[in-house]
Amino acid sequence: MEAGFNRQTRDNSVSDLAIVEATPRAPDVDRGKVLGRMALFDFFFHNLTRAAAILVLLILGGVILSLVYGSLPAIEAFGLGFLMTESWNPVTEKFGAVAPIYGTLVTSAIAMIVAVPLGLGIAIFLTELCPHALRRPIGVAIELLAGIPSIIYGIWGLFVLAPFLQQYVQPALISLTGDIPVLSSLFAGPPYGIGVLTAGFILAIMVLPFITSISRDVFETVPPVLKEAASGVGCTTWEVMRYVVIPYTRVGVIGGVMLGLGRALGETMAVTFVIGNAHRVSSSLLAPGTTISATIANEFTEAVGDLYTSALIELGLILFVITFFVLAAARFMLMRIEQKSGA
Amino acid sequence: MSLYSSRRRTNVIATTLCWTGTIFGLSWLVLILGALIYEGARGLSLAVFTEMTPPPGSTGGLLNAIAGSLVMTVIGVLLGTPLGMLAGTYMAEYGRYSKLTMIVRFINDILLSAPSIVVGLFVYTVVVARVGHFSGIAGALALAVLVVPVVVRTTEDMLLLVPSPLREAAAALGLPRSHMLMRVAYRAAKSGIVTGVLLAIARVSGETAPLLFTSLNNQFWSTDLNAPVSSLPVVIFQFALSPYKDWQQLAWTGALLVTVAVLLLSITARALSSQGKYK
Repeated sequence: MEAGFNRQTRDNSVSDLAIVEATPRAPDVDRGKVLGRMALFDFFFHNLTRAAAILVLLILGGVILSLVYGSLPAIEAFGLGFLMTESWNPVTEKFGAVAPIYGTLVTSAIAMIVAVPLGLGIAIFLTELCPHALRRPIGVAIELLAGIPSIIYGIWGLFVLAPFLQQYVQPALISLTGDIPVLSSLFAGPPYGIGVLTAGFILAIMVLPFITSISRDVFETVPPVLKEAASGVGCTTWEVMRYVVIPYTRVGVIGGVMLGLGRALGETMAVTFVIGNAHRVSSSLLAPGTTISATIANEFTEAVGDLYTSALIELGLILFVITFFVLAAARFMLMRIEQKSGA
Repeated sequence: MSLYSSRRRTNVIATTLCWTGTIFGLSWLVLILGALIYEGARGLSLAVFTEMTPPPGSTGGLLNAIAGSLVMTVIGVLLGTPLGMLAGTYMAEYGRYSKLTMIVRFINDILLSAPSIVVGLFVYTVVVARVGHFSGIAGALALAVLVVPVVVRTTEDMLLLVPSPLREAAAALGLPRSHMLMRVAYRAAKSGIVTGVLLAIARVSGETAPLLFTSLNNQFWSTDLNAPVSSLPVVIFQFALSPYKDWQQLAWTGALLVTVAVLLLSITARALSSQGKYK
């Protein structure tokens, strides 16, 4: 009986003959048994898949609960002060999260300032300007950039980008902005090479492919009729993008940008290599700093004492909460553009 | 007429900026791969694949790190793939319109881009802190947690692409849903699901952050998964930040190996998925 079913589905052309052939061979008693077994298996499989789906939910729940549980000692010891203290002293066991949170936000902001215009530009290029033959290769190349593991960006940033910035870019920035009031404090101090600016730059390169590929995908949801109509009344390519495509896809683009932001906030290895790991808030972008993830990566295995470990886990919890909301907002927006293109 | 020429000018400026932006963006890929090949290939020799990671100042290879990475990745994928496939199956088939599916899809998308270091902390508190020591098992578990969302996503997407008439035809033959899935839907979606698994492998094989405090590192050859296990990314991290020249060289070589593996995987995945959109 089993064999009969096997044959029928394997053959793409199920002829009536095959069914007629198969049926008489199976006595009615067997049929009931086999059907019962199938129903049982179906019931089992249905519940197995549902259990797997629920397990995925439980994993997220587990992540949150375990982080909360792990950070309880630190929460009890420091309370809300954890979020307002800058000092990070493992010896006296005084921990505050201001410096890592500040570093995380600033590096991500730099990354966004660089990567958003660039990513949108590349996406516009890919959907509107690029010769058809090049479209696929360039798209693939950008996506390969997304596939490179973050540790590779880290080692490259440390040995190639940081020395380059230190030698050429940072001295130029310092001397260029020397007389301008606000900018000079942003670019003050010696050019270390590694620091907040370098980390932000590496992050920008890392999130660029995400922003590009999502923007390209949402740009492609614009109905061609809209673009053709705009071109028909005499709009230039840029005006079509600026006044038709971008307004139409605004929600999706913002969603893509937030997705990139979520990546930048949580990125660990690339930043750990080039940020310099200094627990202080400095007004200069050239100074070394730290981010939440870099602090955890650098110090976790060396942390002695429950309170130190717990403080690091609480940092992880803060990071998770921040990225959770950013990613949730991003998904929500992308869902809206999907509905729009589906309707 | 002057309005027209200023519009033309804006257009030229904007399109030129898009061109330069693309060249700028692509040049990073060239620069990074160039540096990797230049620095990494210098240290490439047979010893890299046959000798253990050395103490500073002596020569050696990356054998234990490569083996550790392979073993943990394989276990992680073996654990994560079935779970991801089952969950994806539920979302695309049994519970396509249920509330649970909506929630799981949302949560899964968040897990998909959640910071991997957080996953490391999760496994640390659940496994490492309980057991009391770092272990290869914990590392593999952390990788499995990273594999799951990728596989869930692609399985669901690929099953949704399977045309309904195929399902209906199977149902008309009297096949229960589970049999239809096994014999029709999975086969139709096979290359897509394989693509997802390959992408998941590509993703975890470069992961460092979750391994730092789960599998830690091991200077020596070890087949004991209950003890710390060395892995390529963690060795790269440790060696690159060290002051020793020969360690840094090994880090570059390791980085080249990881990148080549990851790029090969993602190119294969891409070739597979473009070969048969559904089939």
